[in-house]
Amino acid sequence: MTIRTLRDYGQHYRPRMACLKNVEVFVVEMQDPKSGVKGADQKLNVTIIPHVINGQDILAWIVTKMKVTTEEAQAFGTMLVAYGYIYPLQNHRKLVLVPDSTLYRFQTPYFWPVQKWPAEDIDYAIYLARRNIRKKGMLEPYEQQHYDNLHKWMNPKWDFIVMQATEQYKANKERKKPDRVVLDCQERAYWIVHRPPVLTFDVVRRTNIFLTQALMRSAVKSSVSLTAFVKFVTTHHNHDPFLTTPVPSNPWITDSDEFWQLNSRSVDIPTKLSVERWVLSFWELISDPRGRVDFKLFLKKEHSAENMAFYEAAEEMRWGAASAIPEKSQFIFNTFLKPGAPRWINIDGRTMGLTVKGLVVPHRYVLDAAQTHIFLLMKKDTFYRYLKSPVHKDMQKRALVPAPHVFTDAQLEANVRNRNPGISPILQWQQEEEEKAAAAVAARPIDVKAMVATNKLDRK
Amino acid sequence: TCEYNYVLSCISCEPRVLSLQNILSLILFLLPASALTTGIYMIFSTKPEMATQEVQPNETLTNLKAESDTLKTKLEDERAKLHDVELHQVAEKVDGLGQFIMKTRRTLKGHGNKVLCMDWCKDKRRIVSSSQDGKVIVWDAFTTNKEHAVTMPCTWVMACAYAPSGCAVACGGLDNKCSVYPLSLDKNENLAAKKKSVAMHTNYLSACSFTNSDMQILTSSGDGTCALWDVESGQLLQSFHGHAADVLCLDLAPSETGNTFVSGGCDKKANVWDMRSGQCIQSFETHESDINSVRYYPSGDAFASGSDDATCRLYDLRADREVAIYSKESIIFGASSVDFSLSGRLLFGGYNDYTINVWDVLKGTRVSILFGHENRVSTLRLSPDGTAFCSGSWDHTLRIWA
Repeated sequence: MTIRTLRDYGQHYRPRMACLKNVEVFVVEMQDPKSGVKGADQKLNVTIIPHVINGQDILAWIVTKMKVTTEEAQAFGTMLVAYGYIYPLQNHRKLVLVPDSTLYRFQTPYFWPVQKWPAEDIDYAIYLARRNIRKKGMLEPYEQQHYDNLHKWMNPKWDFIVMQATEQYKANKERKKPDRVVLDCQERAYWIVHRPPVLTFDVVRRTNIFLTQALMRSAVKSSVSLTAFVKFVTTHHNHDPFLTTPVPSNPWITDSDEFWQLNSRSVDIPTKLSVERWVLSFWELISDPRGRVDFKLFLKKEHSAENMAFYEAAEEMRWGAASAIPEKSQFIFNTFLKPGAPRWINIDGRTMGLTVKGLVVPHRYVLDAAQTHIFLLMKKDTFYRYLKSPVHKDMQKRALVPAPHVFTDAQLEANVRNRNPGISPILQWQQEEEEKAAAAVAARPIDVKAMVATNKLDRK
Repeated sequence: TCEYNYVLSCISCEPRVLSLQNILSLILFLLPASALTTGIYMIFSTKPEMATQEVQPNETLTNLKAESDTLKTKLEDERAKLHDVELHQVAEKVDGLGQFIMKTRRTLKGHGNKVLCMDWCKDKRRIVSSSQDGKVIVWDAFTTNKEHAVTMPCTWVMACAYAPSGCAVACGGLDNKCSVYPLSLDKNENLAAKKKSVAMHTNYLSACSFTNSDMQILTSSGDGTCALWDVESGQLLQSFHGHAADVLCLDLAPSETGNTFVSGGCDKKANVWDMRSGQCIQSFETHESDINSVRYYPSGDAFASGSDDATCRLYDLRADREVAIYSKESIIFGASSVDFSLSGRLLFGGYNDYTINVWDVLKGTRVSILFGHENRVSTLRLSPDGTAFCSGSWDHTLRIWA
């Protein structure tokens, strides 16, 4: 399902008429001399433009009339400008409603989109030709582009177009100056809506920069990356419930949620399948909550628990709220990075220097270098030691292989009736937060002086 | 400023002779405006000082475009050199798949109108779904109970997402906004009271997703941009400009670095973005029509897309090319939503002809076709542990398949 906008490149669709008829009603009301938006004559350069309104007044009128919030009025006002009912006088190409003293004018009904005549290319060609004559060949680049395109494919009709344009130009000269200015503004606004500016220098330059960067980036041979996909599929084949029936059973099929219970975060002994999955890669190990618990246990034995703690703290800062960044960065610095910190992490001098310097003005990604270093350390070194460790080997031995369920029809029906509602994720989240807080307290360094003061370290 | 003078000269009738420099600086001054309102196609955001230079004497538009063309051909040549084997050739050594028995295991009825979007909770059983009538419902899909319901002030809620903590949902659509609703244990509490407006776009919201925490949301919109927002303050953290038309879908990379995401749009392009810098790092344009859905391969090295041209395609990120097209002559209607199975062997596609096609990703063949919905399938997602997938449809229901 797609919802097409006005900018249907190539095909000049007419906008949705039904909703625009309703908009028209509003625009008419806005122009009412007594209850509408107040306009005034504005002197621009030498000419006096009649009936000019400013953005603030428009917004205020919409808010009162439609009884909406300022945000909604802003959005509606921008739609009015985007569809061409109101056009800005100054930044004529920026079709937004700016709620300050920016000047706008109402577009004449002749140019409203509701009118049945579509914005024909031939009219645009005549308009551009006339502009060309008036400006003596100085069209804006996007207009020049359109002009060149139209000239190319409308070549046979070109004499007719130039003739029309010259006629209109001469007729225009007969008009009074303010009228000419107003008409010019209206026409230009109309064509901005229906022929928006396209390719400019800047856009092409950016494409070139992107392409150059793409060329510099090295790509991998198809054989290498495709073999990697096949390898991934093969190693994960047994873990895919659609390819290998899960044990004890797929909860959706038998209505028994034992599968989820056996694989939950807080279970004592994990299933053999889980343990096999942890071996596949470091990322699989720490992505599984139960796996992460096991890994942390191992780290504690190795006295390198601060690595994981730092990684988690850095993740929290990266994905957390913007307002918490200064506080978190301070905590991380005090706990992990400063010389003599209680949980000092061992990273190379250069990274440490960069990180500490960056922490002066902390931002979301300031710990990226240190975090990557620690992650790679855990992935390339600690992970392999974990796999060889007694903790892991013991877990592999103890891991459960649950027997597959064999339910009779009666039992299946009973299962349907007794579907386990489980714990609400909100409660589970609260539990986890409490556990985390408790762990943080436990991990705090013991303050010897305080303990002595409270006589806890009584050596009698 | 000279820009203002130039504009004034347009209003007044005295033609002023203006140098090319001034015209360009006027254009550049106007460029930062949003894609919709000016209609200027901004393809890629780079450092402003790099792209917005003064025009060099021999640098004309034609020269730049010629350079563009040569670079494009050079890139194609380089990529072609690395393309030494096709996916189905590599897949010949892999065993074929057997017959699949996939059935509807749950039917969730309760929406009063077309279901437009759904998302799973990390607890593997709860889902949130949104529909055209403005209702957003949180279900426990296992028991089929409705747990929470919110009525949005707008119709056509095209995007919804479950927070990683399970404590909130985000949704949005024609109101151009993305709002976050914290969920509560109290069934009687009015969730709309605690609603938080986070994202603001200038056109409809087509997709939204939480990143790795409840504190950040990534959105895509009909105004052609994607944006990253801070939930607490509603602040825009990063915006991603580059699509030339509506952006319809997005998906976050599952990789350990977690820094990229892919988006697909009505301009037939799928772009891969770096969340930190806002830059588009890769772009793929091989579809023949709007891209309705993009989804990363479980390893994070590839992604699939489903489009109105009735095909699903697989793009390899490391080789930087399209590697497979999943299509059949008998499939004429567009694919609205795609997702992979846990191992990446199967690709599930929900189509506008009311069916779900299951593809063998490696061999490129269709392994199964699932019937059941009575109207077009609008959304399809695999559960977090891969035990089932859920499809939402315009027939007002959601179905869980396993």
